[in-house]
Amino acid sequence: MSWRRLMAVARKELIQIWRDSRSLGIVLVMPLAMMLLFGYGVNLDMKHIPICVFDREGSQKSQDLLKRFQSSDYFEVVRAVDNYPALVKAIDSGQVRMGVVVPHDFSERLRTGETATVQAIVDATDDNTANLAIGYTQAVVSDFSQQVQLDWLRQQGRPEPKPPISVNARTWFNEDLESKAFIVPGVLALVMSVIGAFLTSLTIAREWERGSMEQLISTPVTPLEIMLGKLAPYFVIGLLNTAVCAVIAIWWFEVPFRGSVAALFVSSALFMVVVMALGFFISVIGRSQLAASQIALTATFLPAFLLSGFLFSIEQMPAVIRALTHLIPARYFVTILKDVFLKGSSLSMLEGELLALTLFAVALTLLATRSFKKKL
Amino acid sequence: MNGSSVSVRDLVKKFGDFTAVDHINLETSRGEVFGFLGPNGAGKSTTIRILCGLLRPTSGTALVAGFDVAREPEAVRQRIGYMSQKFSLYNDLRVIENLRFFAGLYNVPRELLEKRIQWALEMADLTGHERQMTGTLPGGWKQRLALGCAVLHQPPIVFLDEPTSGVDPISRRQFWELIHHMAGEGVTVFVTTHYMEEAEYCNRLALIERGRIVALGTPGELKQRSMKGELLLVECAPLGQGVELAQKAPGVLDAAVFGNALHLVVEKAATAIPVLREYLSQRGVTVSRIEAIAPTLEDVFVSLTAGHKELA
Amino acid sequence: MTSGIQAAISLQGLTKSFPGVRAVDDLSFDVTAGEIFGLVGPDGAGKTTTLRMLAGVLAPDAGTAVVAGYDVARDPESVKRHISYMPQRFGLYEDLTVDENIRFYADLFGLSAVQREQHAVRLLAAAGMGEFRKRLAGKLSGGMKQKLGLVCALVHRPEVILLDEPTTGVDPVSRRDFWRILYSLLAEGVAILTSTAYLDEAERCHRVALLHQGRLLFCDTPQELKGRLRGAVLAVRSAEPRAVRDRLQGAPGISSLVMTGDGVHLVVDDAVRRAPELRAQLAGSGTAFESIAQVAPSIEDLFVNTVSGGRAQ
Repeated sequence: MSWRRLMAVARKELIQIWRDSRSLGIVLVMPLAMMLLFGYGVNLDMKHIPICVFDREGSQKSQDLLKRFQSSDYFEVVRAVDNYPALVKAIDSGQVRMGVVVPHDFSERLRTGETATVQAIVDATDDNTANLAIGYTQAVVSDFSQQVQLDWLRQQGRPEPKPPISVNARTWFNEDLESKAFIVPGVLALVMSVIGAFLTSLTIAREWERGSMEQLISTPVTPLEIMLGKLAPYFVIGLLNTAVCAVIAIWWFEVPFRGSVAALFVSSALFMVVVMALGFFISVIGRSQLAASQIALTATFLPAFLLSGFLFSIEQMPAVIRALTHLIPARYFVTILKDVFLKGSSLSMLEGELLALTLFAVALTLLATRSFKKKL
Repeated sequence: MNGSSVSVRDLVKKFGDFTAVDHINLETSRGEVFGFLGPNGAGKSTTIRILCGLLRPTSGTALVAGFDVAREPEAVRQRIGYMSQKFSLYNDLRVIENLRFFAGLYNVPRELLEKRIQWALEMADLTGHERQMTGTLPGGWKQRLALGCAVLHQPPIVFLDEPTSGVDPISRRQFWELIHHMAGEGVTVFVTTHYMEEAEYCNRLALIERGRIVALGTPGELKQRSMKGELLLVECAPLGQGVELAQKAPGVLDAAVFGNALHLVVEKAATAIPVLREYLSQRGVTVSRIEAIAPTLEDVFVSLTAGHKELA
Repeated sequence: MTSGIQAAISLQGLTKSFPGVRAVDDLSFDVTAGEIFGLVGPDGAGKTTTLRMLAGVLAPDAGTAVVAGYDVARDPESVKRHISYMPQRFGLYEDLTVDENIRFYADLFGLSAVQREQHAVRLLAAAGMGEFRKRLAGKLSGGMKQKLGLVCALVHRPEVILLDEPTTGVDPVSRRDFWRILYSLLAEGVAILTSTAYLDEAERCHRVALLHQGRLLFCDTPQELKGRLRGAVLAVRSAEPRAVRDRLQGAPGISSLVMTGDGVHLVVDDAVRRAPELRAQLAGSGTAFESIAQVAPSIEDLFVNTVSGGRAQ
């Protein structure tokens, strides 16, 4: 292998990346844009869910209960209705996500020690929000319910019992911070998929499209030199981007970083090898840039987005899909990222994932080198 | 209408800083085969597109079939046929389907449709091949079909942009037969080409380079009048030494190797021949043959443009 | 590995087929060092396919080709070290400067920086491009791009140069510069194989192989080729070429007739005999003409005559 030939290919590729405003844009702007987009744009917690209330009794007690909904951060009472059709219309039209109905015998039942039923009608077209809304409602009501019980006992003159179980509602409240901490490290995986696979998938296809490949293969340069030379700039750029994104995550988004820098870079480098080998292979088989870029997006970015555990929890997926995610390299990398950032895992603790990535790296590299031939 | 089919005055087209067409003037008459000859990038395709009403000129006027291309491009387009460089036939349609498609585009009236299609098929010598898939036709046949499709509405003026690039010589001759036949019926045919020798087929030529016309006339006129000097063929040995000496010889304007011989441009062939024979043999170069030859259009072109400094 | 007697390029029965078409059919010829050899024929004749096989980027189906002493089928990578190949869509990188392009190809062939600079300066001067070294290749004119392509192909001083239609569409002045550079290489013993679709460009070569549908029609010097034409060529100058054509069509002794812009171009069996006959025929019918003269035959005349069997038009 000739070092000079390899460097010639690498130098040319680097100059071309620098002078091509589109790929330069992807390299410089895209990582920042993604970090900001996902850091700020995606928010898994819910606040100010619009609801409407239907007080069929209109008593002090019912108003007390409804006031609790009003004062909660999680709800916003946008309407009060006085009949069912209006409530149904409010939900149908999307004006509110939930309607709370207090029955006409609310106070009566409370006074006699019977259980009063408060009805909550939820728009479950978005089941995430629906589940949360129901959960919050139950919390509000159960709080009120406890209060009612305590008042009753006080009236009876009995000593105030300690509630046997106290519910700490804090879980809901920290959801905010947690989601960002989980999401932002995963953005690194997306960024590297784009740089490592999408950009590299264009490089061989571009030479074919421009017509320069025919002349290139008539020179003494070997397929290995072409591959390594073309991929080297993207490798360096990919790692630089990892560093930049990590810095943004830690400094700007205040995501905790409890692991070691070495662990981050070793795993990033390994993942880069995986996606670059895949990108190179795609570039060889898709002879046009258009075909190659579409295959690259479908084969790397989409799975990284949907199936790596970056945004959507793998545990919640159906068993078949869960099994499928084992074939997605990004899945292992996202796990590593989260562990390194949030749990402070060292390399030895990540053996399983690193092994998986190494296997992918070896297999894909072999595939890539075998696929590229110096023949028309 | 004053009888000329295409009339261009001071036509200019700029793309940003770049002047593609630089004050072009020309006139063609009915039934004339007019050639626009120049290398790639000289401005031929740009000019044709302006004349077809596809591009707006920056300044100047062009009248095609009596209509101003800038002000009434639609009227122009109805009266012209255009065969583009990468012609627009659909390879996955049959011959007859392509013809019907273009007939539809040109709004050929229904009563005349079948007749015109038959006419185009005969003219292109494709009768009997109506059902053939266009993609399977050999290159020269596709060219004729493309021409047929471009003239279904029998326009008085036809623009052909590099119509015979890559086609074999026999098919090319057949194609030019076709063009001359159309001209014979009164159609003005405006052809662009970068192939100097193809220009011999034209009645009149404009040589264009970097957006400017450097010469205008019949092929014969251009070879006689526009060529600065006369052309000599010299066979001598050793050749390399011969050309170096010839470049410095008296009366020689230009000397170049051409295959196994030299081509020299001299002021007057009759006087130069004996002088050169003497000059070369005195310096150790044996001359086996030296005679005047007819210049080609390429020689004319070079003598007209070699003075222009390369601006890249 | 090339000795003086061995040909620089040697083809024997070279064959290549693609689905439905035999692109190159049993091709055999030799090219010696120090000559410019032309591969001539229209599109589809097999020129590009032949060049690709000789450059080692396309494997032949049958036959052998030895280039610079190496068999292209068995050892293509060795061939590539000794040759330069400039395909039709040559590998100029438009987003790199002239210098960067030259450096890239020089590095691929293992040239040192000193060697590269020496050769580049010389070649760029010959091409008249010395002041454009820092310019982006994409911003050069067509003729300059072609010359730059040639410079990149020559910077490593190959023994054999393969060029596929290198001057198509290029302005005539640049074409002359291009050929001047090629001729200057011959003194160093380089073998140049170039292809063209324009039969008249073949006259610039020392020897020519005329191809038609993958087969070799002729292989000889241009002068010899023109001499092979059965018959002689007459040119009739007239302001009414159509009338002349109509009048002379079918006249005895004419094997081909074609109309040009200012006259008619004929191939006859015997110029001395036919010229006065034709003159009489035209004068007799009152068809105006300026002159009838014998002219030198062109390679295109030979091609058309051979392929169409000399059938009357």
